[in-house]
Amino acid sequence: MIKVENLVKTFGPKRAVDGISFTVERGEVLGFLGPNGAGKSTTMRMITGFIPPTAGRITVGGYDVVEHPIAAKRLMGYLPENAPAYTDMTVWGFLNFAAEMRGLSGEAKRKAVNRVIEMCFLETVVHQSVDTLSKGYRHRTCFAQSIIHDPPVLILDEPTDGLDPNQKHEVRTLIRRMGETKAIVFSTHILEEVDAACTRAIIIDRGKIVANGTPAQLRSRSEVSGAVALRVLGVPASEVKTKVAELPTVRRTQLLEENGHGVLLRAYPRPDARDGALQESLFELALRANWKVTELRTEEGRLDEVFRSITLPDTAPAGQSTKEDSR
Amino acid sequence: MQAQPETTAVMDKAPAPPAASPDQAARAGAPELREHALAWHNIVTIAKRELSGYFASPVAYVFIVIFLLLCGFFTFMVGRFFERGEASLAAFFLWHPWLYLFLVPAVGMRLWSEERRLGTMELLLTFPVSTWQAIVGKFLASWFFLTLALALTFPLVVTVAYLGDPDGGVIFCGYLGSFLMAGAYLAITCMTSAMTRNQVVSFIISVVLCLFLILAGWPPVLDLLVRWANPTLVDTVAAFSVVTHFDSFQLGVIDTRDVVYFLSIIVFCLFTTGVIIRSHRAG
Repeated sequence: MIKVENLVKTFGPKRAVDGISFTVERGEVLGFLGPNGAGKSTTMRMITGFIPPTAGRITVGGYDVVEHPIAAKRLMGYLPENAPAYTDMTVWGFLNFAAEMRGLSGEAKRKAVNRVIEMCFLETVVHQSVDTLSKGYRHRTCFAQSIIHDPPVLILDEPTDGLDPNQKHEVRTLIRRMGETKAIVFSTHILEEVDAACTRAIIIDRGKIVANGTPAQLRSRSEVSGAVALRVLGVPASEVKTKVAELPTVRRTQLLEENGHGVLLRAYPRPDARDGALQESLFELALRANWKVTELRTEEGRLDEVFRSITLPDTAPAGQSTKEDSR
Repeated sequence: MQAQPETTAVMDKAPAPPAASPDQAARAGAPELREHALAWHNIVTIAKRELSGYFASPVAYVFIVIFLLLCGFFTFMVGRFFERGEASLAAFFLWHPWLYLFLVPAVGMRLWSEERRLGTMELLLTFPVSTWQAIVGKFLASWFFLTLALALTFPLVVTVAYLGDPDGGVIFCGYLGSFLMAGAYLAITCMTSAMTRNQVVSFIISVVLCLFLILAGWPPVLDLLVRWANPTLVDTVAAFSVVTHFDSFQLGVIDTRDVVYFLSIIVFCLFTTGVIIRSHRAG
């Protein structure tokens, strides 16, 4: 449904978006991740036709956004960043306006407005003016506007920004459910949302795509992915560390914690080791040495760590591990 | 809580507009006609929203009351309506260029600067409308509002008609000229309001531009020019003046040149508004 090819946007000398390409099909929810100023909002604004691209091509449902903006815009619902809404209107008036702008009228309009009011839990504020709404309600009002015509393509710029945890959960559930029939792109910098709602995620940094895959694929890029954490009670840290490091399956160890709850050590597998080999050898070692093991767990890899290591390539992983090793 | 599959199915087959598009669009057979109907539908929808925005806040009522009070003050006190002893609205129309100088920018200053400040411009321009439809819709709404305020001065017409036997044609021409002049000022304000997200800045710039348009034909300014400039230049400057063009309306003459003058200011400023908005978006 959405096809972006070599998209470039420059603001003066700055390349805000630098050669981004991706596609989103119906039934996909694409999470757009990246640090602030990475070009997420700029990309979304170009997809929705608000700002023209400097170079590259965007098609939505087969329509080129630059050449056939109106036809392309009809297919899209858009929630801009910060959820703007006309403050002098009531929620009801605003949603009716949005419905009319989408070409709905009469019975169809009434139905559409009622549907989104119900979907976004706006019943209690329907006749309130937008500038008296709390941030969460205003956000949902703008969100309601974006789905009022039940568009096949949804572009959501930080849809959960400013919502409380319950509302965040509702919105994620909504996105995931709508994603079954629509093509959805949403941006966020909350990483847990990627797991909660996305079928695929793209990380962009300084205008370029630096990672693209399912949440699981992204997680497996993490350094700690596949490593095993081991907690042993009543044994000096140095002893645990030496013995674990001697194992043939272990590439490197890292002492995470040493206190009344014992010694917590992370062992990284050798790259050639088969799956599970490290766990087995650690388990056998603990049996042989007669250690009191209170925890033995395989690390899944954390998205925030992947995110950090990808978007801060010069500093993060190397410096961090040496510091912790020397403890 | 459930999505509606019927609607989704319809949306798939774009570019056909959504099933429930405006009636006139559905009835019109030719695609061009349908496009026109849709464009008009968009303009009207935007204009309706803009107007409702005026009346949702006290702004509209405050404006109308002040406008009418000032009209009365200038006509009766400054213009010496009764002492003139003539059944005409000359004393009333005389002050319009000056009244509008402040009141029209006050009405129009929020047109685009407010959209930019609130960020709703991003919403408005990602709806399936073109930029010019949005510009025209917002402009027409404000113009309609000004016309409404102007129409509320009708008691004056009634008064003159009761007191004497005024020339209806002259009064109509005066109103028409005033209406066009308000439109021209408003278009200028629309343009300055697209330049900035700050309403005050937009107000000040448009007052200065409108002031220039008034003063260009004001005798003291022209006298200043007459001393050294050649007559062609003096005439050219005077031709830019609202007052010169409005004067002939006050005399009861509808000259095509005057109408074209006001309309071309409107078209030029609205076009420039479009250029400004586009250049903002292009970054």
